[in-house]
Amino acid sequence: MNQAQVEFVLRIADDSLILGHRLSEWCGHGPILEEDIAMTNIALDLIGQATTLLNHAATLQGQGKTGDDLAFLRFDREYRNLLLVEQPNGDFGMTMMRQFLFDAYRVLLFERLQSSSDEMISAIAEKSLKETKYHFKHSSEWVIRLGDGTDESHNRVQESLNTLWRYTDELFYADAVDAAMLTSGVCPDLSDLRVQWEQTVHHVLNEATLSIPTNNWKQEGGRKGMHSEHLGYILAEMQYMQRAYPNMEW
Amino acid sequence: MVTTADIWQWLEEVSDPEIPVLTVVDLGVIRSVECDGTTAHVVITPTYSGCPAMKMIEEQIIEKLKEKGVDACTVELTLAPAWTTDWITEAGKNKLREYGIAPPENEPDKTVLFAKPTVVPCPKCGSSNTRMISLFGSTACKAHYQCNDCLEPYDYFKCLR
Repeated sequence: MNQAQVEFVLRIADDSLILGHRLSEWCGHGPILEEDIAMTNIALDLIGQATTLLNHAATLQGQGKTGDDLAFLRFDREYRNLLLVEQPNGDFGMTMMRQFLFDAYRVLLFERLQSSSDEMISAIAEKSLKETKYHFKHSSEWVIRLGDGTDESHNRVQESLNTLWRYTDELFYADAVDAAMLTSGVCPDLSDLRVQWEQTVHHVLNEATLSIPTNNWKQEGGRKGMHSEHLGYILAEMQYMQRAYPNMEW
Repeated sequence: MVTTADIWQWLEEVSDPEIPVLTVVDLGVIRSVECDGTTAHVVITPTYSGCPAMKMIEEQIIEKLKEKGVDACTVELTLAPAWTTDWITEAGKNKLREYGIAPPENEPDKTVLFAKPTVVPCPKCGSSNTRMISLFGSTACKAHYQCNDCLEPYDYFKCLR
């Protein structure tokens, strides 16, 4: 088993899984029917990505586990998702801002992962990229519409940006896992990711008449399993059935 | 003796569970068919990562081939190359339109911000004076539009490439 590669796949998989779960919380609560449908559609794409990625991680582990085991039977410290994706939905503006900051990063990541030496990762990246571009179009248009909208929508979405900005450094977190993946060709060089992400984000926020927060306090830890208090509540709901009725299926 | 041509023809009788007017062949999700006379192997690819119809499509293929006398059939799921709406056949696009769903148009890349919106003609009256209601629709593969002339609300099979 290549521990670093398992870790690398889990990071991408858990981002999809946790954000997909977060978005699914909007089901039946969307501000308008169309957006209720949109957010659950995006959630479905993300859960689909998580399924193939977690199955792949389980195969790489070679311990006889399934993707479902990894999704439902790990403890909070074993999840590798970004702190950004576990943050609460807040209002619709907060959800769209979180989605936008993440989508802008994900498009760039999947573009690069298409050339991964791991054929499964490259296939998942090619597939997911097409979907993620569509998510990005949706979230960036909403950020612009809300930011450049009424005083109320502008102020609310600016507040969301102020709250979420501290979690954006972690998008570019890199450690020994990433170094090993670069060496083995599983992950191409990501050093230009941040510059490109900033260009895209600045461009959209500028159109949205929003200002980038000047408070530079940054929080990270998700990639190492150190999460905010919110993840435990997500897992409690997500894992409940599997914990209460082990091995249940439907 | 069953040939691959027979199987392709039989697959034309398997319809998409969510858009029954299309067959799985029209949709372009059948990637390859192999047959050694008695056993068949069919490779399919999902339209979207989370498409809930894939399991049902797999079961329907096995059932259809069984009905035709092929008892040994395996269905394999592949991700690469990734499915694109360019693989929907011309016949499939016409069927969609007749069914009331606008087929995929040639859209600009989604990462191009503020691109000119794509004109999606109304499948009912043919007018180009239409508007997008929502980027997302009743299934992952569709968006929601309305015709400004005949007022028909309709699904648009969005361009994925």
